[in-house]
Amino acid sequence: MAKPSQIKILKRILKQLKGYRLLLVASILLALISVAGSLIVPIFFGQIIDLIIGKGNVGFDLIIYKVFFIASVIAITAICQWLMNVINNAITYNVVKDVREEAFKKIQKLPLSYLDTKSTGDIVSRSVSDVDQFADGLLMGFTQLFSGVLTIIGTLVLMLVLNWIIALVVVVLTPISLFVAKFIATKTHALFKKTAKIRGEQTAFVDEMIGNLKVVQAFGHEDENVDRFNEINERYTKASLNSIFFSSLVNPSTRFVNAIVYAAVALSGAITLIYPNLLPIAFSVGGLSTLLSYANQYTKPFNEISGVVTELQNAIACAGRIYEIIDEPSESCDRENALTLINPEGEVEFNSVYFSYVSDKKLIENFNFKAKKGQRIAIVGPTGCGKTTLINLLMRFYDVNEGKICVDGNNINEITRKSLRSNYGMVLQDTWLKSGTVKENIAMGNPNATDEEIIAAAKAAHSHKFIMQMANGYDTFISEDGGNLSQGQKQLLCITRIMLTLPPMLILDEATSSIDTRTEQRIQRAFAKMMKGRTSFIVAHRLSTIKEADVILVMKDGNVIEQGNHDELIKKGGFYCNLYNSQFAH
Amino acid sequence: MMSLFKYLKAYKLQAILAPLFKLLEAVFELFVPLVVASIIDDGINGGQGVSYVIWACVVLIVLGIIGLISAVSAQYFAAKAAVGFSKELRRDLFNKIQTFSYSQIDEMGTSSLITRMNSDVNQIQSGVNLILRLLMRSPFIVFGAMIMAFVVNVTAGSVIAITIAILSVVVFTIMITTIPLYKKVQNNLDNVTLSTRENLNGVRVIRAFCQEEQEIKNYENRVDNLTKSQKFVGGISSLMNPLTYAIINVAIIVLIYVGAIKVDVGVLKQGEVIALYNYASQILVELIKFANLIIIINKSFACGGRLKEILDTKPSLKSGDYVKNITHDYINFNDVSVKYSETADFALSNVTFSVKKGETVGIIGGTGSGKTTLINLLGHFYDVNLGEVLIDGVNVNAIGDEILREKFGIVPQKAVLFKGTIRDNLKWGKADATDEEIMSAVKIAQAEDVIKNKTNGLDEMVEEGGKNFSGGQKQRLTIARALVKKPEILIFDDSASALDYATDANLRIALKDLSYNPTVFIVSQRTSSIMHADKIIVLNEGHVVGIGNHSELLNNCEIYKEIYNSQFETGVA
Repeated sequence: MAKPSQIKILKRILKQLKGYRLLLVASILLALISVAGSLIVPIFFGQIIDLIIGKGNVGFDLIIYKVFFIASVIAITAICQWLMNVINNAITYNVVKDVREEAFKKIQKLPLSYLDTKSTGDIVSRSVSDVDQFADGLLMGFTQLFSGVLTIIGTLVLMLVLNWIIALVVVVLTPISLFVAKFIATKTHALFKKTAKIRGEQTAFVDEMIGNLKVVQAFGHEDENVDRFNEINERYTKASLNSIFFSSLVNPSTRFVNAIVYAAVALSGAITLIYPNLLPIAFSVGGLSTLLSYANQYTKPFNEISGVVTELQNAIACAGRIYEIIDEPSESCDRENALTLINPEGEVEFNSVYFSYVSDKKLIENFNFKAKKGQRIAIVGPTGCGKTTLINLLMRFYDVNEGKICVDGNNINEITRKSLRSNYGMVLQDTWLKSGTVKENIAMGNPNATDEEIIAAAKAAHSHKFIMQMANGYDTFISEDGGNLSQGQKQLLCITRIMLTLPPMLILDEATSSIDTRTEQRIQRAFAKMMKGRTSFIVAHRLSTIKEADVILVMKDGNVIEQGNHDELIKKGGFYCNLYNSQFAH
Repeated sequence: MMSLFKYLKAYKLQAILAPLFKLLEAVFELFVPLVVASIIDDGINGGQGVSYVIWACVVLIVLGIIGLISAVSAQYFAAKAAVGFSKELRRDLFNKIQTFSYSQIDEMGTSSLITRMNSDVNQIQSGVNLILRLLMRSPFIVFGAMIMAFVVNVTAGSVIAITIAILSVVVFTIMITTIPLYKKVQNNLDNVTLSTRENLNGVRVIRAFCQEEQEIKNYENRVDNLTKSQKFVGGISSLMNPLTYAIINVAIIVLIYVGAIKVDVGVLKQGEVIALYNYASQILVELIKFANLIIIINKSFACGGRLKEILDTKPSLKSGDYVKNITHDYINFNDVSVKYSETADFALSNVTFSVKKGETVGIIGGTGSGKTTLINLLGHFYDVNLGEVLIDGVNVNAIGDEILREKFGIVPQKAVLFKGTIRDNLKWGKADATDEEIMSAVKIAQAEDVIKNKTNGLDEMVEEGGKNFSGGQKQRLTIARALVKKPEILIFDDSASALDYATDANLRIALKDLSYNPTVFIVSQRTSSIMHADKIIVLNEGHVVGIGNHSELLNNCEIYKEIYNSQFETGVA
């Protein structure tokens, strides 16, 4: 039933369970005890029934003795069952916690080249819903698979002991039940897969439309969305009806097989009782009652196991999807004995750097450039020219294909990422704030900053005023992705973050694009002060910023086509000169 | 949760048939112990012989076949009803969410809305399915077995009746304690989702600030909370099975003992005691199923509550009475003030101005000065707290939102495209737009080269979120999207910021020549984008500090002058 890939994942799950060996052993022991308990009880009931023969012929002495015995068995069984459940819960939820944390840690280490190409929704759904399904499957597996298998084996053994002929009848009929269950399971697997696929489609659609509801409403596109949604919904409904109905056939079918088994037991039991001399077996009405009780419960574990098998298959599929993320190669590790960059001068050098995102689409080729300590480097060019790529390389979000980038003469591949990145202050056009208080967001780069330092930084970035206007000032909670803040306010907070840490090198990617020019002008002064003595890379549209730069890198189609300062480039009369003239012709 | 059952209405027939067939199945199951009792008392002990036993066994199998047919029908109807139920529920949820105002979406959080539409609805679906299948069957078997036991013997019947009473108390106590706990688990799960999403979206910043360790710690805290709440509620729920098991078996002991006494005095026969025992076992099997059902219903209830939160959210926008005021202007803002929440400061205070049809209006002001708020009032995306906004003399809250927004072509601040072809995206404004209409809009939006550079032209696929387009390309396409509509009112919400100056300028020139002569609002930080407007409104911290054209404002508006100088002194020089 299981494919090799499934077996591999299963092995992996077992490995994951290693840390819980003791609990597992305890769980199995408790399962053994409770199964044994629940199997013994019917035998004693049968024995009691044999003592109730007829009017005036009841063995009360023995009955009372057996009653107390049964009562204690029941108590032990119930307690063991509960403990087993609690332990199974503990194992499952802890394993799931481990997996979640492992996945999350992995996300922190995945190369950006992976994250940039994968949809966020997909990764979220893997690490949240898939893990959840995995948990459900695992829990069911534990609670029902063990006890199910044990019950089947135990029942068979006890039946054999009580009356091997009837047991044989049962054994012969059992495969029917298994066959039916398996037949249905294979049929439904494909149906479930189809359902899951449509569900994915629906989620993606909802994610897109709800995520951009403002645009949807502005364009009055709600009705079209409803049509599209209904269309997907309709398909989803059909698919899930099929998968749910066919999978729910398992239960009645096996129950029918059970009814046949039950009748067969009754028949063969009655015959052996009517013709006691036909077979050399000691058998009684109480024994028959016990066997019937077994036959009644016997297929239950089969039902459960077939249910568990579907669940487990689903769980394995989900686990597989999570492991796919966990197994993605991480960002290359820091070299052994990698340097820790401390208070660098800030000399940055590109030395015949080659880079491209996809191997067959060339981008940066043989790029050479040297930024001296404290220089301001402006990066200019039309959209999509590769400005962001340079930042990706500087910060080591991506590694160069060939050549090297050096900071203070050290190849950045030989510096720890952490120390490299913490020496850069970065403000991106795409502002990002985490859900948390304003203070927490500002203090991101320096969690130990005092309130005074934070306020000073906010004043420098001109964000103090609007922060104070918010309901709880610096302790105002900002919701997911900045919530109600305007784009400009978000950007000011991002700048405040940098003002607080003041690292020796700066990267400003359109850092002020959403801020009004008056505020910007004031910030520029603060920026100018900040940039003094700090090597700064600035991506900007505004010429005022560009003109003051020591070096302007003019980029086009991924390559630096001109470099120099403003006057030099104007004199040259090239691409930059054109750009400059076109922008200020109006 | 109960009110959600209205979604079963369209599936009334199935919802009735499913439990009905389940009952049928149960009825036949209840005959089984009686047949077995007669095998023992009449066939074996009574000497009726093998042929009688064989007949009895045939009856058992026939009962099984009827049971099978009823069960399969029940399963079908239940699945049909459950799936239909969740279909309608999902549709209503989606419709509802689409009517949410901006602030409501922010409040609930996109990720939470998505989980709710997904896993919560699925949870409820399986809940409904099981309820239809088992909720009637289990109690029926339980009570049926009780009645059968009464038929066999009154004392034995009362033993079972008392047991059922005790069991109900246990089951309901567990249920009531766990419902709120399950809700808490779901909320903790929401937090975990949030963490994951946030970390993916902010990966660059987190890495730039070396916050990975800190984020992992935060995440571990959240997962810890989740795990703790799961274990806690799991521990309580798992009491259900062992408790029912213990109670039922104790009841069997009592039953058999009572039976023994009755047999001793000759009221009962041995086979009848076995029948009583079998009825008790049936109750046990059914109750274990029922207990599991209760756990699932429990979860469904918790999910149902979360969904009801969405469905019960009242649209926050108010609507007013239709009154036509006499005005010579096209758009009037009369002393308008707005704040986003009760406690917040006014985002706009006492804004008054008017616009004539076909005019171009520039809106300029600092970060947080209320520019976007002002624009959002035009399309009634927010309600005003004081004053009124009129279009053609009618208060915007009196025009149906759909009719009102039909007039607008909006280019939002953040350029968003949707999955589909470029053509699909551009048709958002006008569903039946021809390729000519689309291309002419594209041309005005300066986006011709975007289309030309794509191998498939208008048929080029746009990935989710427009990932495969650059910021500037997306911006121009969103402008084209607004233009395809040929709107009466065209709004640029600071949307030219990703365009270079040259494109921006060409766009403005092209807009001037539009044949349908729309009223245009341009929100911008750049004076160059708005200086040619007929009317410029200067905002500062929510107040209008100047209205007029460029040269007027340069003369009489200090703030405008400051803005202008900040851009042109150092800029052009």
